[in-house]
Amino acid sequence: MRARVLVRPKAGILDPQGAAVERALPALGFAGAANVHVGRLIELDVADPEQLDAMCEKLLANPLVEDYEVQLLDAPA
Amino acid sequence: MPEGTALRPGAGVPTLQDALALGLTASEYELVCEKQGRPPNQVELAVYSLMWSEHCAYKHSKLLLRTLPTEGEHVALGPGENAGAVTLPGGLVCAFKVESHNHPSAVEPFQGAATGVGGILRDIFALGARPIAVLDSLRFGEPSAAAGDRARYLLDGAVGGIGHYGNSIGVPTVGGEVYFEAPYEHNCLVNAMALGLARREQLIRSAASGPGNLVVLFGASTGRDGIGGASVLASAELAGEEEAAPDMRPTVQVGDPFEEKKLLECSLELLERGLLVALQDLGAAGLTSSSSEMASKGEVGIDIDVAAVPLREPGLEPFEIMISESQERMLCVVEPSSFEQVAAVCARWELPCSAIGRVTDSRRLRVLRGEEVLADMPVEGLVDECPLYELEPRRPQEGIYPPPAPTISPEAGPREALLALLASPNLASRRPLFEQYDPIVQSRTVRRPGEADAAVLALPDGSALAVSIDCNGRRVAADPYRGTVEAVLECAANLACAGAEPLGTTNNLNFANPEKEHIAWQLTEAVRALGDACRALRAPIVGGNVSLYNEGPGGPIYPTPVIGMVGTLPDATRAGRLGFRHEGDAIALIGPFAPSLAGSELDKLHGRPLPPQLPACELDAVLDALEAVRGAVREGLVCSAHDIAEGGLAVALAECCLAGAIGATVTVPAGDELAAALFGEGPGGFLVSAPAELIGRLEQGTGARMIGTVGGDALRLERADPTGDRRQELLSVGLEELRDANDRLWELFP
Amino acid sequence: MKFAVIQFPGSCDDRDAVHAAGLVGEAELVWHAERDLRGADAVIVPGGFSYGDYLRAGAIARFSPAMDAVLEFASAGGLVLGICNGFQVLCEARLLPGALLVNANRRFTSRQASLEVVRAESAFTHGLQAGQLLRIPVKHAWGRYHADPPTLDALEQNGQVLLRYAPGDNFNGSVADIAGVCNEVGNVFGLMPHPEHAVDELIGGSTDGLKIFQSMRLAKEGALA
Repeated sequence: MRARVLVRPKAGILDPQGAAVERALPALGFAGAANVHVGRLIELDVADPEQLDAMCEKLLANPLVEDYEVQLLDAPA
Repeated sequence: MPEGTALRPGAGVPTLQDALALGLTASEYELVCEKQGRPPNQVELAVYSLMWSEHCAYKHSKLLLRTLPTEGEHVALGPGENAGAVTLPGGLVCAFKVESHNHPSAVEPFQGAATGVGGILRDIFALGARPIAVLDSLRFGEPSAAAGDRARYLLDGAVGGIGHYGNSIGVPTVGGEVYFEAPYEHNCLVNAMALGLARREQLIRSAASGPGNLVVLFGASTGRDGIGGASVLASAELAGEEEAAPDMRPTVQVGDPFEEKKLLECSLELLERGLLVALQDLGAAGLTSSSSEMASKGEVGIDIDVAAVPLREPGLEPFEIMISESQERMLCVVEPSSFEQVAAVCARWELPCSAIGRVTDSRRLRVLRGEEVLADMPVEGLVDECPLYELEPRRPQEGIYPPPAPTISPEAGPREALLALLASPNLASRRPLFEQYDPIVQSRTVRRPGEADAAVLALPDGSALAVSIDCNGRRVAADPYRGTVEAVLECAANLACAGAEPLGTTNNLNFANPEKEHIAWQLTEAVRALGDACRALRAPIVGGNVSLYNEGPGGPIYPTPVIGMVGTLPDATRAGRLGFRHEGDAIALIGPFAPSLAGSELDKLHGRPLPPQLPACELDAVLDALEAVRGAVREGLVCSAHDIAEGGLAVALAECCLAGAIGATVTVPAGDELAAALFGEGPGGFLVSAPAELIGRLEQGTGARMIGTVGGDALRLERADPTGDRRQELLSVGLEELRDANDRLWELFP
Repeated sequence: MKFAVIQFPGSCDDRDAVHAAGLVGEAELVWHAERDLRGADAVIVPGGFSYGDYLRAGAIARFSPAMDAVLEFASAGGLVLGICNGFQVLCEARLLPGALLVNANRRFTSRQASLEVVRAESAFTHGLQAGQLLRIPVKHAWGRYHADPPTLDALEQNGQVLLRYAPGDNFNGSVADIAGVCNEVGNVFGLMPHPEHAVDELIGGSTDGLKIFQSMRLAKEGALA
C-alpha cells in the first residue's frame, strides 16, 4: 500500500515561509493568492497502514507544532 | 557540453558529426582516431570529449600558465595536485585553492554555489588536510529590489547555497567579495576558495601505484547528475522504454553537505590509519577524469568495472557511469590486504564503499562491464596529449565594453558623492551576506568578516593565518596588465593590514572566449601581470583554476583574474583591525598613494566609459609601504589599519568610522583635483590610527603623514588652502546617516 | 569533573564543546552509537547539523543509542546541556518542553547576541546575577522557540526560563524572547546561543560562555544546597 503523509504547520503559529511565498506571488504578477502555508510531503510504501498514525506521532511529524494528514493511495509505486 | 542531435538507433560506431556535437574539433577527432588506432566507440568518444574539453584540459591556457612562478621557500606542494600547500611553523602546512562553478550557478544558483563549495572542500581533504575556512568571490549584474530581478535572484541563491553547504559541513566562511557590473548580467561568477591544515607528513598524493592494487569508490551512489549535453550519446532504446519520457538526465548537480561531512571524516580517518595508497576526489567529468589522472600521475594503468559502481537508480549506461558528476564521492587506491579495514571504516561512517577496479601496468584506462571490455584508451593520450593551443592576442583599438549607466548627476558635490558611493552595490556593507555564514565553527577565527581587511585564523602555536580574496574586474578591463597587478597587490595590502606576510597565491582566471583576439590579449596580459606581481611579492602560485567562454548575447564579462592569498603573522593577539577605536587617536596616511579617478567607482557612478589604461604604480614604493604597515601592526603601534581601495580615501575613512562606531575629522591633502583626492583609487594607500603619542614614531618609521583625529559622531572632511591657513569644510555626515546609506544591500534580502 | 559530548554524524561544534568544557574539567566525545557515557558527571549535546537536519532538526538524532543513555542519565538527575542543535534534539526527545521553528527572517543568521540572565540560582547560571548581560554568539536557521500558552505560563512561573534575548537582539522571533529554558527539575538546560564559542577573548571576543560551564562544575561540586 502506498501512503502519502502531508505535514502542515499548526494554525496560529507564525509560518514565515508561507508568508514569504504569499508576498512573492503578487510581486511576480499572480494576484488573488492568500492564506499560503508551506509544509512537507512524505511518501512511502507500507505493509501495515495501521502503523501510519504511530509513525507520524513518533517521527514523521512533531505534533507539538505540526498537524498531519494521511492519504492511502491505491497501489504501491 | 554543447547540445547536439541524438544518435540514430543502431548507429554503431560514432561519426565525426557526433564528435563535433560533443565539442571536439575535426582535427581533434582525427587525433583521437590516431591514438586509438581506430575510430573511438561510444564510451571512448564520451571520455575523450570530456578529457579534451577546455574545462578538463586547459587547452587554451596551459601554455600561458606554464609561465607563472610556482616555486619558493614556503611551497610544500605546487600546482598539479588537488590543491597547493605552503609550509607553516611547527611542521604544519596550509593547503588552499580557489575554483569556479560559474556555468552551473547561472542555471541554478543555490545548488551551483553549494556544489562549488563542496567541490573545493573535497580538493582540500583529498590531500589529507582538514578544511578550516572558506571564502567566496561573486560577480553579478546590477541588482534592483524589483521582484524577479535576475541579479538579485542569483545573489540570493548563491549566498544561500554557500551558507547552506559551508555551515552544514562545519567549515567557517570567513571572507569574500562581491561585485555588481553589467557585463556579468548573463554570465555570473561564483568562485569558492578553501583552506585546510595538515601535518606535513600527512599530505597524500593522488598518484595511483602498485599494479594489482584495488581502486575503491566510496561516498554517495552514482546517478545522472551533470551529464547534460552528453545525453546525445544515449541509446535510443532507453528513451523508448518510458511512457511519458520526461527528461531523466539532469544537468544540475545537487549537493548534500551532510554526506560530505561524513566523507570528510571518513577520508581523514582512513588516512590517519595509513590505509590508503592514493586518494582523489571526483569532480568535473567524474570517474573518467579521476581515474585517468591518478593513472597518469602514477604512470600506471587502471581498469574500471562499471558493473561494480553503486548506482542511485537502475539503467545507467556505461558512458553515463563514467562521466556522472554525482557529488560527494572519492576514489582511492588500496592494497588488497587493507580492503576489509577500509570497508569497516566506511561502514562506521555509513558510506557505501566498493572495489570498482584495479591498478595495472598497462598504462591504459579500460572500462569493463564484468569481463566485457567496453573501452580501452592510452592514459597519456587522454591526460597529457590533448592538443594545446597558442593564443593570438591583439590589443583592441577601442574599448569593447559599453559605459555603465550613470546614477548620480555630474554636478553632485562631495557629500552627495560620498553617500552615493557608500550606498552603491559595490561598496555597501556586506553584512546582509556574511551574516548568513557561520564564521566561527572550529574555534579558530580571530577576525570575523567586517572586523579587519583580511580574515585571521589562529594556529596552535599562537601565530595566525590571514587570507584574502580580491579582484576588480572593471579595472582589469581598463588595463589588463596594471589591473591584475593591482589585484595581487590588493590581496597583499589586505594581509598587511592584518599584520600578515604573504606565503603563496592561488588564482581563478575568469575570462570570455580566448579564441577571440581581444580576449586572448586580456588573458595574456593578465597572466603576465600575475607572474610579475607574485614574483615581486615572493608569493608563488601554488594552484588555481581557469574558467573560459564566459560570454553571451550581452557580450564578454570583464576579465576577472580572482586572486586568493594566504599569509602568516607571528602573534595572533596582534592581528590588525579596520575600525577606529578611541577618541583622540591620530589618523595617518602611509604609502605612495597617488589617487586617480581613472577606472574608479566614482567614474562608474558618473557613467564614464573605461579609461584606455590605468596609471602606473611605483611598485617598489608600494612594497615598502606594505612592509611598513605590516610592521606597525605587528609591533602594536597602531590601533587600526585599513587599505584604501574602491571609493578612495573618503570611503575608506567612512568605513573606518562605521566599523569603529566613532567619527573622525580629517584634513584632505591640498592639491588640484578635489574629486581625485577624495575618491580617486590606486594601490599603495593605507589609513592607520594610533594613540597621538605614538605618531612621532610612526612618522619616522613608516613615512606616515598625520591627516586627522578620531572622535565625535560624524565624519568631517576639510581642506586646507595652499597657505595652510584657512580650512574649508568639504563635508560633514553623521554616523547614522553614513550607516543608513551603507546598509542599502539589506533591501535585496527581505 | 567529566563532561561527555555526544557526537552524531553531522555534529559540527562538538570539538568546540570539548575544548570549552575542557577549560573547566575533562571532556571527551561519545559516539552516537554507544550507550556508555563512561562515568560522565555532565552531558553536552552539541551544535551542528546532526543527520543533516533531515526531516526536522534533531528528529533523527533523538533516537540514537547515546540519547537513550542521556534520557536515563537525565531522569537520574544528571546535568545535561543542549546547545543549538543539541537544544533541538532535547526538545524532540521531550526532555525539554516546546519546539524550535524556522527563524522569523527565514535565513541562517550569525551574530553576537546580548542575553539577559533571568534566573541566577540554577545549575547553569550559578555565580551570575539576574539581569546580567552575557555576550554570546548565535548562528542558526531554526532557532525560534515556540511553546503554547499554557506551557509558556508554566515555564515562567516555575522559573524555567533561564536566558532571554536582550531587547533588540531577538532576530529569530522566539516567543517571550526566550533564548534558553530548563526542565522543571532544573538539571536539563537547552539554549540556542553557543556558549562554547565565548570562552576566549581572542577567538570569541567574550568569556561569558565559560560561566555556564563553570556553573555546571560548581553545581556538581555541591556548591548549590
